[in-house]
Amino acid sequence: MKIVVFVKLVPDLVEELTVDPGGTTLDTTWLRMIINEFDDHAVEQAILLKEKTSTQVIVIAPDFDGVDEVLFTACAKGADQIIKLTGDFSSINNHALARAVASRIKILQPDLVLTGVQANNDIDGSIGPALAACLNQPFVGYVSGVTLEDNTAIVQKEYPGGVIAEMSITLPAVLGIQAAEQPPRYVAVSKVRQVMKTSNIDEQPLDELDNSGFPEVTRMFQSETSAHAEMITGSPDEIADRLVSVFKEKGILQRTNR
Amino acid sequence: MSQDIYVLIEHNQGQVAEISYVMLAAGRQLAGIHGSQLFAMLLGYQAQGLSLDIAADKLLYIDHPALKEFAQDAYLLTLTEIIKSRQPRVVLFGNTTIGSDIAGAVSIALGLDLASSCRYFTSDGKFVSQICGGKIMAEGNLSSGTTLLTMVPGGYKPEEGQSEHPPVIENFSPPVLDNLRIKNIKFIQPESFDIDISKESILISVGRGIQTRDNLELAENLANSLGGVVCASRPVIDQGWLPTTRLVGKSGKHVKPKVYIALGISGAPEHVEAITGSETIIAINTDPKAPIFDIATYGTETDLFDLIDVLVEKVEAAKAS
Ligand SMILES: Cc1cc2nc3c(=O)[nH]c(=O)nc-3n(C[C@H](O)[C@H](O)[C@H](O)COP(=O)(O)OP(=O)(O)OC[C@H]3O[C@@H](n4cnc5c(N)ncnc54)[C@H](O)[C@@H]3O)c2cc1C
Ligand SMILES: Nc1ncnc2c1ncn2[C@@H]1O[C@H](COP(=O)(O)O)[C@@H](O)[C@H]1O
Repeated sequence: MKIVVFVKLVPDLVEELTVDPGGTTLDTTWLRMIINEFDDHAVEQAILLKEKTSTQVIVIAPDFDGVDEVLFTACAKGADQIIKLTGDFSSINNHALARAVASRIKILQPDLVLTGVQANNDIDGSIGPALAACLNQPFVGYVSGVTLEDNTAIVQKEYPGGVIAEMSITLPAVLGIQAAEQPPRYVAVSKVRQVMKTSNIDEQPLDELDNSGFPEVTRMFQSETSAHAEMITGSPDEIADRLVSVFKEKGILQRTNR
Repeated sequence: MSQDIYVLIEHNQGQVAEISYVMLAAGRQLAGIHGSQLFAMLLGYQAQGLSLDIAADKLLYIDHPALKEFAQDAYLLTLTEIIKSRQPRVVLFGNTTIGSDIAGAVSIALGLDLASSCRYFTSDGKFVSQICGGKIMAEGNLSSGTTLLTMVPGGYKPEEGQSEHPPVIENFSPPVLDNLRIKNIKFIQPESFDIDISKESILISVGRGIQTRDNLELAENLANSLGGVVCASRPVIDQGWLPTTRLVGKSGKHVKPKVYIALGISGAPEHVEAITGSETIIAINTDPKAPIFDIATYGTETDLFDLIDVLVEKVEAAKAS
């Protein structure tokens, strides 16, 4: 078995986000990029499968600031090969990425491709279904469990309200991972450092990128909201007093303890 | 190309998903702008009965055993046939476990443009999508060809997509659906041993800001003194710190308590969509820019670890007096 995991970096939402002076894209000057949380789960799911069956895990990521560390971390977790796609990704969308990555995946011929169910900067759909269509393979997203059997994968697909559909999908296939069966493991920085000395990132340049498939954005802006919470300030003591009076107003302090 | 607006009706286990009605409401607005008709597409097996309250001019019904439940490959084959033959102006999908699996594949397969996470359309028909956890909005024009969009809830009331007059039904023959590669085996219902958080009136909800499993005790103390129940955002559930029955959000339960206290929750759209029915939301979050404050009734930027013990004490004192 061979599994390819596609991983990308996304803006860290903890940082302040600003719009580029041009007004149609994010300002990337100070943008801090981190691994897409769901791609991290996809890596974890691949490693879990590797631990159960003899599986080769290849992690591919486009070159964004910080990608080397992400790839070496995947390697320290157990990935067998790490590939960095190089090129100009300053204004790339998922359609372009999917087409470019599909061309690489066709060469690798994996049985299974895993990627995160979505990313916070997706604007033309998530990459998984686009990738699957480029490869002419079936796709199941919102996946939170995978078992491999010969030429099929048995997957758990999440529906709202905690309902799960168990499905079988004939390989080769692409899955969009919502959550790995276990939270992504932690690897010590020292172990990542060690891997940096002993492993290599395989760099592969991407040819022309084709961004078609997305309607043009004419304006990007920070969400302006019509309402905002009434902010309670002061010492913890003062805040607690105010909250207790809110509870009283709402009539919820009369209740007996359960 | 026609100017008609098409909406994919999402349903699962005999129930139409609420996002379908949201999309019908949006589709009605677009049909008004384009002076055209609103079509609903219902793919299913012996499922015509689901169409009764759908507020569309016409409903295309496609009946096939392979469409009984959602399967991405069967839906892809069927929808590409419909879109090729009808050439709609716009096709709306949910940004959901169904719509998101299919929209991107249709886009690539037919070479049509796709914009995701659309929240609403402006009065002149521009789409407005949310990205970056709802912190940034992107506005754009529909492309010149058929444009595909996935929609998130929040911009339209589902009631606006419902009608007492059933739509006119047109049958559409499904394509050959052989050699499918995805099969539904079974549905697994959520465990029912636990309490149902959607029925609780006081919820203490914890997010990633709680940091460790041990710290959950703080939330439990507050819940005990208020007579409430502890629930959580997705990262806390994914850590296995609470059972999935306590998950609030898009993939968990929608809740509507009297008081919802969010401890260290940022307010991502997937969380927020499930709590807006709460009477009062109190958000405790150290980040003054956290989106949770945009929908909360009361907020405080204080550190939850400085506040909770004091709050529990004060609640106890107030109850005793
Ligand atoms: C398909 C899909 C479905 C999803 N479904 C759901 C769902 O059902 N439910 C759900 O919740 N999420 C869901 N998510 C995930 C969602 O996108 C967010 O990742 C998640 O809601 C974030 O959880 P959080 O707010 O707890 O964590 P974060 O976004 O990390 O926020 C933590 C917050 O805690 C604050 N904080 C930190 N320390 C303190 C402190 N000491 N005191 C006070 N505040 C502090 C921080 O300022 C921050 O705002 C889904 C995602 C996808 C892709
Ligand atoms: N244990 C944790 N695991 C993951 N994220 C956390 C944890 N604790 C805090 N965070 C989040 O990480 C972000 C940055 O935290 P900090 O840099 O500590 O302010 C905040 O949004 C925190 O809510």
